[in-house]
Amino acid sequence: MSSVLTETTSRAGASGEAVVNDFSLQVATANGSGSQTANSVLMRSIFRMGVPVSGKNLFPSNIQGLPTWFTIRASKHGYIARKRDLDVLVCMNPETADDDVREVRAGAHVVCEKKLGLENPGKKRDDVTYYAVPFSELVVKIASAPEHAKLRKLIVNMIYVGVVADLMGIDPVEVEKAIAKQLKGKQKAIDLNINAMRLGLEFAAQNFPAKIPFRVERMNATQGKIMVEGNMAAALGCVFGGATVCAWYPITPSSSLCESFIDFCDDLRVDPVTKKKNVAILQAEDELASIGMVLGAGWAGARSFTSTSGPGISLMSEYIGLGYYAEIPAVLFDVQRTGPSTGLPTRTMQGDILLCYFNSQGDTKHPLLFPASPEECFTMAQEAFDLAEQLQTPIFVMSDLDLGMNNWMADPFPYPTGPFHRGKVLDAAGIEKVKETWGRYKDVDGDGIPYRTLPGTPNPYAAFFTRGSGHNDKAQYSEKPQDYVNNVNRLVKKFETARTMVPKPEIQDRPGATAGLLAYGTSHYGTTEARDKLAATFGVSLDYCRLRSLPLHAEAANWMRRHERIYVVEQNRDGQLVTILRDELPELATRFVSVRQYNGLPLDATTVIDGVRGDASASRTGGSDAQKGGLDA
Amino acid sequence: MSASPNTPGLPAPSAAPASRTNRIGLPKASYEGGKSTLCLGCGHDVITKQIINAFYEMGIEPHKVAKFSGIGCSSKTPAYFLNRAWGFNGVHGRMPSIATGALVADPTLHGIGISGDGDTASIGIGQFVHLVRRNLPLVYIIEDNGVYALTKGQFSATADLGAKQKGGAVNEFIPIDCCSLAIELGGTFVARSFSGDMKQLQTILQAAIAHNGTSVIDVISPCVTFNDHEGSTKSYKYSKEHETPVHEIGFVPFFEETLAQIPVGDTKDVAFPDGSVLKFRGVGRDYDPTDKEKALKTIHESHGKKEILTGILYIDPSKPSLTETLGSTGEPLTNLPLEKLRPGREALDEIMESLR
Repeated sequence: MSSVLTETTSRAGASGEAVVNDFSLQVATANGSGSQTANSVLMRSIFRMGVPVSGKNLFPSNIQGLPTWFTIRASKHGYIARKRDLDVLVCMNPETADDDVREVRAGAHVVCEKKLGLENPGKKRDDVTYYAVPFSELVVKIASAPEHAKLRKLIVNMIYVGVVADLMGIDPVEVEKAIAKQLKGKQKAIDLNINAMRLGLEFAAQNFPAKIPFRVERMNATQGKIMVEGNMAAALGCVFGGATVCAWYPITPSSSLCESFIDFCDDLRVDPVTKKKNVAILQAEDELASIGMVLGAGWAGARSFTSTSGPGISLMSEYIGLGYYAEIPAVLFDVQRTGPSTGLPTRTMQGDILLCYFNSQGDTKHPLLFPASPEECFTMAQEAFDLAEQLQTPIFVMSDLDLGMNNWMADPFPYPTGPFHRGKVLDAAGIEKVKETWGRYKDVDGDGIPYRTLPGTPNPYAAFFTRGSGHNDKAQYSEKPQDYVNNVNRLVKKFETARTMVPKPEIQDRPGATAGLLAYGTSHYGTTEARDKLAATFGVSLDYCRLRSLPLHAEAANWMRRHERIYVVEQNRDGQLVTILRDELPELATRFVSVRQYNGLPLDATTVIDGVRGDASASRTGGSDAQKGGLDA
Repeated sequence: MSASPNTPGLPAPSAAPASRTNRIGLPKASYEGGKSTLCLGCGHDVITKQIINAFYEMGIEPHKVAKFSGIGCSSKTPAYFLNRAWGFNGVHGRMPSIATGALVADPTLHGIGISGDGDTASIGIGQFVHLVRRNLPLVYIIEDNGVYALTKGQFSATADLGAKQKGGAVNEFIPIDCCSLAIELGGTFVARSFSGDMKQLQTILQAAIAHNGTSVIDVISPCVTFNDHEGSTKSYKYSKEHETPVHEIGFVPFFEETLAQIPVGDTKDVAFPDGSVLKFRGVGRDYDPTDKEKALKTIHESHGKKEILTGILYIDPSKPSLTETLGSTGEPLTNLPLEKLRPGREALDEIMESLR
């Protein structure tokens, strides 16, 4: 399907006219070849030149050998969504070279290993410009000894960094600084990599008089900003949010969240005098256990969390249900990936919305938070601990692989200044005032949230017995129908209270617009870019609502009521959020148009533009719902 | 409203002065629980009574105890002892993870977990295995009757090969011996007892409470309804006939200088870090509960001889507990002030700087 975005940029590129700070570059390599360092250097160099940039690593479930792609998008407008069409390709993987070249758009520029012969007659694409570089010969110049075979494989990557720097106008000084930062103090490695980069730089300078028309020029849009992965940001949020117990089981793409937490705690949670830790971190035997540990710790009064992905949530489901009924604070980070357990574990998706919202047996529903940026991973992690303790229930923070594992440009995180909100906990003195009238599940304040005590509270009236739903409001065993009904109805009331406490949506309205786009999490980027393009190119003016949580906040519901047509953008096949919205707001059910991408790749603006425009034409011909799968590039 | 009779409910602190109190001045009543709803004559009720006695004798503050269980008849029993302690009835087989989270969050609590053979040896064997590996300070009791009683008498994984079900079906699978498994996994306190041997059970429980690590106590506890018939190898009759104590045990807690019933003759003493001492005298054999390989060999041999070996089969009080392995402070992590948990502004600034 031809796309409006492609048309505008490709014309500029193909005519030879320079396109400044607006391109998408992809590097194709083999997994485990050390290209990640080179790609990070490339991205950071552009970032250091003040150009807004984003990097997306598309990697296989494999340690070494399978193909991997790294895409860098630079955008002077600040668009950091994945772009469907590639302007520049660095072709280093012989296995995928033919396919890689086939997939770039007309007018693209391809840097490739000379011996692959991609530009040879018969193979060559006429609508693509080639820059063939003898990488394997060049690398021998700096690492010639036979025993350097492994080293050559690693530093060859830095040669393409040099080539690209010359061809696209990236300042070598910034590249050198980025190398030094990346290799932190390992002087020998820094020197070697800088030499490799310079080799590429010089080769390109001497051999390619015509440069790539996609140029990098200095601007001032990244000053003060940081580059960080969402998982690291969330881990930092846990540290500053006062988490004291972490239980986890390794699973891509969430492992780096707990691993970052471990690293931060090694520095920040060790008593300088005793060297003892103010934190307990447990690598569990599985997710069945990690959630049990989190609930046990939450029950005892700690701020506890786990991070996992869809398969882990599936295993945790039984205990999550008990956590809901027994009303135990817990924070779960779901760094979503494509399902099921064996499938595409290294590809992104917003596929666990229904799984988490209604997780577990019986009548259950849970608050979900939707961070869309590293800043929000940081702040929402902290909010999640407050909400978990205030609401005495498991809280889900719905990240995804794209947000969690890719590096994102971000503003430095704000230092939290408020107190921790620990919720309704009665200490010994508090219990002494109410004595036997206290009931663990009594709704004293009319908000559905009861008062709890923590084990160890020195008062003979303080103890209670925790079990699932078979209890009355004094936590005594009961199978009476009315006790059950009273309890689950109070839980509904508590959920209504949650509605007023969860993060509000972010709303951007345009005067006169009657339709709007609604997105959450990482769908924000492709959606907002599409919104700008729809206005600029097609004169379609749309409002925008970024949902930041469930249950639906009143401000989000009111926004929806104000709009005749609401395009709900998400990264799953079935429109999982739309399902929830139609249930919550049945009177608006026909206003929702589901726009979806579910191919494992981060959402691009083209999908959204096509979805909105398709709906417009479908409406004219009497159709109702225009929906896109996302595979039709 | 009135709850069903087995509820622990809220403890009514006994108003009348008790005639006898323990070392912290509490009467036995402070350690009691709700009324049992198990079958009359159930071995589990005997264990419950010994748990009450053990915490009373050890003078543990009831509010410092956390009780954990999974699913099954055994897992109902925490409601029948220590009403002044907090209880957590978890999901089937996964009590160890709840206990682990709670006790690393507050290591000052005394944890006791009650499980059954179905809970431990089948659905929960993964959590049991890792609990033992971690050496979490927890008294872990398996109330072992060889059947799933709540679901009406199916074999569990501890049922002996050739054992007969009430309806006549014969068990065709090799039993899991939770004690030899626990020793193999590095267990630091592994015992087997019999609910018909109250004296031994009481001593083992007191020592388990003093032990700073996981104490696995497999208690043969006959099910009077589904597994007390001819052909059962977990009936009262069979267990009484086949129980073979490997030693007499005396326990001198740190707060007592001597014990009235120290076994006569030479004893092997094992000291706990807190000063408590276990004293062993072999019965009919030379059994060293600190010799891991010999212990395993003896247990394996007992299977062929159809002996139910009881006693503290293996003990090693020197191994670090999970709290120590984690390097935590040992203080509750639950009520640390914000200043101890939230790093300063400069720490965040420094991290932000490193990400530029």
